[in-house]
Amino acid sequence: REDLWVREGKILNPEKLFFDEKGSADVQLDCKGSIIAPGFIDVQINGGFGVDFSLATDDFKSGIDLVSQKILSHGVTSFCPTLVTSPPSVYHQVLPQISVRNGGAHGAGILGAHLEGPFISREKKGAHPEHCLRTFEAGAFQDLLSTYGSLDGVRIVTLAPEMKRSSEVIQELTSRGVCVSLGHSVANLSQAEEAVQHGATFITHLFNAMLPFHHRDPGIVGLLTSDKIPAGRRVFYGMISDGIHTNPAALRIAHRAHPKGLVLVTDAIAGMGLAPGRHTLGQQVVEIDGLNTYIAGTKTLSGSVATMDTCVRHFQEATGCSVEMALEAASLHPAQLLGIEHNKGTLNYDSDADFLMLNDSLYVQATYIAGQEVWRQDTSGM
Amino acid sequence: MKLIILETYSQASEWAAKYIRNRIVQFGPGPGRFFTLGLPTGLPRDHPESYHSFMWNNFFKHIDISPENVHILDGNAPDLQAECDAFEEKIKAAGGIELFVGGIGPDGHIAFNEPGSSLVSRTRVKTLAMDTILANARFFDGDLSKVPTMALTVGVGTVMDAREVMILITGAHKAFALYKAIEEGVNHMWTVSAFQQHPNTVFVCDEDATLELKVKTVKYFKGLMLVHNKLVEPLYSMKETGAERSQSKKPYSD
Repeated sequence: REDLWVREGKILNPEKLFFDEKGSADVQLDCKGSIIAPGFIDVQINGGFGVDFSLATDDFKSGIDLVSQKILSHGVTSFCPTLVTSPPSVYHQVLPQISVRNGGAHGAGILGAHLEGPFISREKKGAHPEHCLRTFEAGAFQDLLSTYGSLDGVRIVTLAPEMKRSSEVIQELTSRGVCVSLGHSVANLSQAEEAVQHGATFITHLFNAMLPFHHRDPGIVGLLTSDKIPAGRRVFYGMISDGIHTNPAALRIAHRAHPKGLVLVTDAIAGMGLAPGRHTLGQQVVEIDGLNTYIAGTKTLSGSVATMDTCVRHFQEATGCSVEMALEAASLHPAQLLGIEHNKGTLNYDSDADFLMLNDSLYVQATYIAGQEVWRQDTSGM
Repeated sequence: MKLIILETYSQASEWAAKYIRNRIVQFGPGPGRFFTLGLPTGLPRDHPESYHSFMWNNFFKHIDISPENVHILDGNAPDLQAECDAFEEKIKAAGGIELFVGGIGPDGHIAFNEPGSSLVSRTRVKTLAMDTILANARFFDGDLSKVPTMALTVGVGTVMDAREVMILITGAHKAFALYKAIEEGVNHMWTVSAFQQHPNTVFVCDEDATLELKVKTVKYFKGLMLVHNKLVEPLYSMKETGAERSQSKKPYSD
């Protein structure tokens, strides 16, 4: 049992306050024995509550504001709005409207966009529309730049490393501070390792939209235990632990093989938070039935309607890991992936005071951003 | 003196805690009426982080004390002797130490008053004995070269001025020091023995610490536990009225 001290939006070291400044608390809040954890960071979320980040609508800004506000109740304090494979016009219209900004009472902070596609494999396109897929064979990085329009505010790019000239592109993206993720790909292990050597650090929804693990060529999955990762670097991998995208046994295998790289993501789509029925995911139509989300008329999974806190709970149950491990997979690890762990994803002194109060069953009771309460579970029963 | 013998380390700690609590409550502290609790300097102050962290984590963060009422000797002060003299003044200004709580080293020292310290010494700079440096190595990852060799400490005389002294002694490695402190004479080589001349001393120890004492001594004081336990039961609370608290008398005098 400990006290958490916060001042001016940052976690404060109470000893310095006590001994050097002779100060004490101005406001004391009884957390009633709740668990206090760093706020969750969702690096793959395509929309929610009827909002689709891959649709260039007139009220796009208010859409992103709505989602950022609603996910506070799931414990998410920072996120990367994700765009699925789309025609260049969509990127040119939407990307300028996604600005990196701090969270607060208005909603979770935006860390930057995650562009999943269009430079992905035809065979593993999943729910992405085939007619929008592209390659960068001709102009490598320039092709990518002209497709997206600009890389301002782009945090993560998912691409398939087996594509020609991918190494150049990965290198260029990495040198510009963009996190490169491997996904929707039929790459074998050596292609994946080469991509990592050129700077790739993430795997988009492990197991989904990639070749299955084979004992003589583990493919991208093999990166979890590869010995060709450059020293001092760690490969992170996203997992959608909604109970549908991955069998719990597979989740456990990944977790046990490389626990420190596991990053929980929701891959949530517009239908998240809404009643079952039909919704869009970029250029596609999606049907939602319970927790299952398929491309209309098919059995192809497309995103999920799981919320971040549900994923954390399911992850903890399925793997039997400690509460700390489960919470770190949703906070510390994504922060480490994006290189922001000195500010986010922890409760260390001087980091941003984005934290949650959870009960013992890991249900979010209250969400705080920069030391301000931005959401509280309504217990009045009204 | 009162010699309180409990079976285990945790029982001894709990008895001491209850005693201190009752003493504070019965004193009836309030604004301007300070219950001055004296504690030995613990770790040498050259490492402000270590000592401050220790006190913060083990004591201050659990209680509602105002930071202005916390006085710790500053080993980084420009003029160490002035710092020590100022400390003595602060004690006087607060009305003197009501209760001093300390332990003893295996060499029988109280605070950092190493063997050979004057029994009427005041707060000053002391060079530490090898025994003490070895004992403190655990706070510096076992690296002897990192352990500071000097410390600021309250003097034996300073502690003798306290209205009451409580010494906690646990573990077999302290048994010989306890024997020297209470069954032999007053001797500056075993500075804790000075408290034989203090009117109000309580020694709290566990079984292991009594291993070097005469059976007669141990039996005598164990027999007194019935009476001594009245000092910790009932356990008083600040919420009771002033009249109730001050009515409780000490069961007997030394």
